[in-house]
Amino acid sequence: MEIPYTAESRPDTGLYNAKVGIWLFLASEVMLFGALFSTYILLRVGADPGKWPHGLLNVNLGMINTIVLICSSITVVMAWASLKLNNFGKFKMFQAITLLCAVIFVGIKSYEYHDKFTHYEIQLKDGRVVDGHMKEQTKDQVTVSGHYLHTEEAGAEAKEGHSHQTAEVKHEEITVKRDDIKYMENYGPWHNTYMAIYFTLTGLHALHVIGGALVIGFLWGPGSKMWRTEPERFTNRIEVSGLFWHFVDLVWIFLFPVLYLL
Amino acid sequence: MSNATSHAVPHAGVHADHHEELGFFRKYVFSTDHKVIGIQYGITSLIFLFIGFSLMMMMRWSIAYPGKAVPLVGPLLEKVLGDVAAKGVISGDLYNSFGAMHGTIMIFLGIVPLAFAAFGNFVVPLQIGAPDMAFPRINMASYQAYFVGGIVMLVSFFVPGGAAQAGWTSYSPLATSIPTQGQTYWLIGMVLLITSSLLGAVNFLATIIQLRAPGMTWMRLPFFVWAQFVTGFLLLLAFPPLEAAGIMQLMDKVAHTSFFLPTGLQLTSLGHISGGGSPLLWQHLFWFLGHPEVYVLILPAMGIVCEIIANNTRKPIWGYKSLVYSSLVIGFVSFIVWAHHMYMTGMGMKISTFFQTTTMIISIPSVIILTCLFLSLWGGSIRFNTPMLFALAFLPMFGIGGLTGLPLGFNYSDIHLHDTYYVIAHFHYVVAPGTIFGLFAGIYYWYPKMTGRFMSEFWGKVHFATSFVFMNLVFQPMFAQGMAGMLRRMVDGGANYATANTPGTTGGLSDTMIHTNQTISMAAWCLALAQVPFIINFFLSIKRGKKVESDNPWQATTLEWQTPTPPPHGNFVKTPIVHRGPYEYSVPGRSKDFTPQTEA
Ligand code: HEM
Ligand SMILES: [Cu+2]
Repeated sequence: MEIPYTAESRPDTGLYNAKVGIWLFLASEVMLFGALFSTYILLRVGADPGKWPHGLLNVNLGMINTIVLICSSITVVMAWASLKLNNFGKFKMFQAITLLCAVIFVGIKSYEYHDKFTHYEIQLKDGRVVDGHMKEQTKDQVTVSGHYLHTEEAGAEAKEGHSHQTAEVKHEEITVKRDDIKYMENYGPWHNTYMAIYFTLTGLHALHVIGGALVIGFLWGPGSKMWRTEPERFTNRIEVSGLFWHFVDLVWIFLFPVLYLL
Repeated sequence: MSNATSHAVPHAGVHADHHEELGFFRKYVFSTDHKVIGIQYGITSLIFLFIGFSLMMMMRWSIAYPGKAVPLVGPLLEKVLGDVAAKGVISGDLYNSFGAMHGTIMIFLGIVPLAFAAFGNFVVPLQIGAPDMAFPRINMASYQAYFVGGIVMLVSFFVPGGAAQAGWTSYSPLATSIPTQGQTYWLIGMVLLITSSLLGAVNFLATIIQLRAPGMTWMRLPFFVWAQFVTGFLLLLAFPPLEAAGIMQLMDKVAHTSFFLPTGLQLTSLGHISGGGSPLLWQHLFWFLGHPEVYVLILPAMGIVCEIIANNTRKPIWGYKSLVYSSLVIGFVSFIVWAHHMYMTGMGMKISTFFQTTTMIISIPSVIILTCLFLSLWGGSIRFNTPMLFALAFLPMFGIGGLTGLPLGFNYSDIHLHDTYYVIAHFHYVVAPGTIFGLFAGIYYWYPKMTGRFMSEFWGKVHFATSFVFMNLVFQPMFAQGMAGMLRRMVDGGANYATANTPGTTGGLSDTMIHTNQTISMAAWCLALAQVPFIINFFLSIKRGKKVESDNPWQATTLEWQTPTPPPHGNFVKTPIVHRGPYEYSVPGRSKDFTPQTEA
């Protein structure tokens, strides 16, 4: 039994099966991320005035990652075009760059995550709030590199902004006794709804990057054997995985300004 | 002519392109054949329907006889579930688990897989003249994700705290704060089920778009295929927001975020939370799926009923195009009616008015579909076989379900009816005597194609008559109970609010209303008995049923009857060419009263 239109296009639709499939799949992905972006909007609009945090993320790193992904989107197209031009060697080269970009992206993203998990807000019993990166924790004291937030209001670091860019905030080593601490929490997803949506959106996106990279990696390595037996179908596979990759890239293009800049 | 594509060719020819015989596992367990996957879906979902129904039978005991030990299964419940069923009595917690899981299982593990995936898998490729689905391996993966999702749901009954308790709707913060692991399992199960239905939806849509046989233009598609097409889009686009919501509730549950937890909420079971979230957000995301979901539940059944009515009235369907366009309109509009489930949340008059308006608008295409199907009966020489009886019963049952929905769609009358048994009666008329009857009709109708034998007509009619009577005895009185103010989701069936138990107050539930609970429960158990003939008939007929004499025993026009019986892997002996529309019955001047689509 042969399923029609796995390689060649169906005349009246002008598409082969997998291409229809991936477009449909991407439509559902749009709804998935759409729902999360809507959540972002609702949470932000619903936040208490002045409570939505700004400047918590490192814009430079985000920018680098944006560029990395855009590069990979270009190489993914070049890889497909090389196959169309019957140049398997170039395909291998371009797709290797794509994979490299994926690895860089995930690397930078993990560094950013790590940064957030070591970033603490410490509320002291006397009402002051320390905010900074964990240096050392012992049984009875905690040392961070950071600063005291200026306002009395707890959680007002939002308005104040703990920013990597604002050079005026002087970072110093601050050591506090465990006994003086009322409550201490790092900037994980539980910290506030901004961190929650940040981790959820970027986490889901990172999973897409990893998934896409696995598929592209498979088609680059063991899966590329198909080039010798069914070149047309193989080229289609590269196109379809490329479409997915573009989508993942596109999501990031929305994520970056929404989470890092706005 | 009709035989030329099937029996006339010796079966050896069919197997010619089979290079090797597949082993048992490849053939029945890890099959990529759409028909086998369809049957897998069918059997699994029937089992889940039975489980969901069993939960309900136990709940009905508690409603009718609150605080009394459940007969027969009481000791067993206590043994496997522990304290929540102490002395064999269903506690409030257990009732909540059963209720939430009844809804979840019935909808996501029973009806949708049966209506969309089982019938869709078996019938759609055959009806469009395709050798298989566009992506057979994805098809298999979709079934496997469904199966694992189902197992996760079942396992959740036995985890500490028991299964999810916050209703099939899992409203947050309630769902997040009930101290049970069951909710986490529920969410993981849902993510698996959603994945399954996404894979399925992509596959169905791609198949219908790409694999139609030569000549099978869009307006020659049987209405069932159209119904599946629209359903596929609903699943594709409506489920992802629920998946997003599920992920976020999972985050709330395991990573202690506050997506759905408002500022100032303090519950010991939650511990320290940041707050700042929105409970309404969950409801919006849930119902964004939830409403299209009801059309997922009903459209395939409408499709099945349409096929059977055309076949058994021996007449073309009245208004084929209206059916098609109406189902497309339903598909679009169903995305903008969701908040009619949320009139009571205080989301505001303007929003309520908008959703009330769209809700009234969407009732129009539904009425058109029902009207077309009714008018199709006019002047036909109707064959009253079992599939047709179920199909005919579907019409008034769905009619009752649909019309009683209008008062719920107006936000003024919904204030009184919201969250009462009136709502339960309304949507069950749609899904139980409605969809389930449609699905029974489909089983009786396509059984001969699947097995080469008929199911017994006599026992089929017994099944029909008894089911029809008891279904109505179960659900009709619930309208009255609801209008009298009986709330849903109550372990004691409203005894707490009975006038008899609260002397001196006004507005309590009358004795009649309370006693009706017993009548309903009796009817529900009888309904279970009424399924016995079906179950026996279903299994016995595989070996003992009357053999079909041709590949087209109902003398139908659509393509699925042009294959060998049962259809082999790859379906058609040679690719069918389609020359005409799906319902050319009793065309004047022709020698027989049906003209298959393949006939030139
Ligand atoms: C035919 C046999 C059935 C009977 C006797 C039955 C009975 C009931 C009753 C009495 C309730 C209300 C429980 C309460 O509020 O405490 C209920 C709830 C529900 N049923 Fe059914 N049902 C049946 C079939 C179905 C089917 C086929 C579906 C779905 C497709 C379904 C979906 C639901 C849902 C979603 C709820 C709401 C659960 C919740 O409160 O979260 N039921 N059922
Ligand atoms: Cu609705």
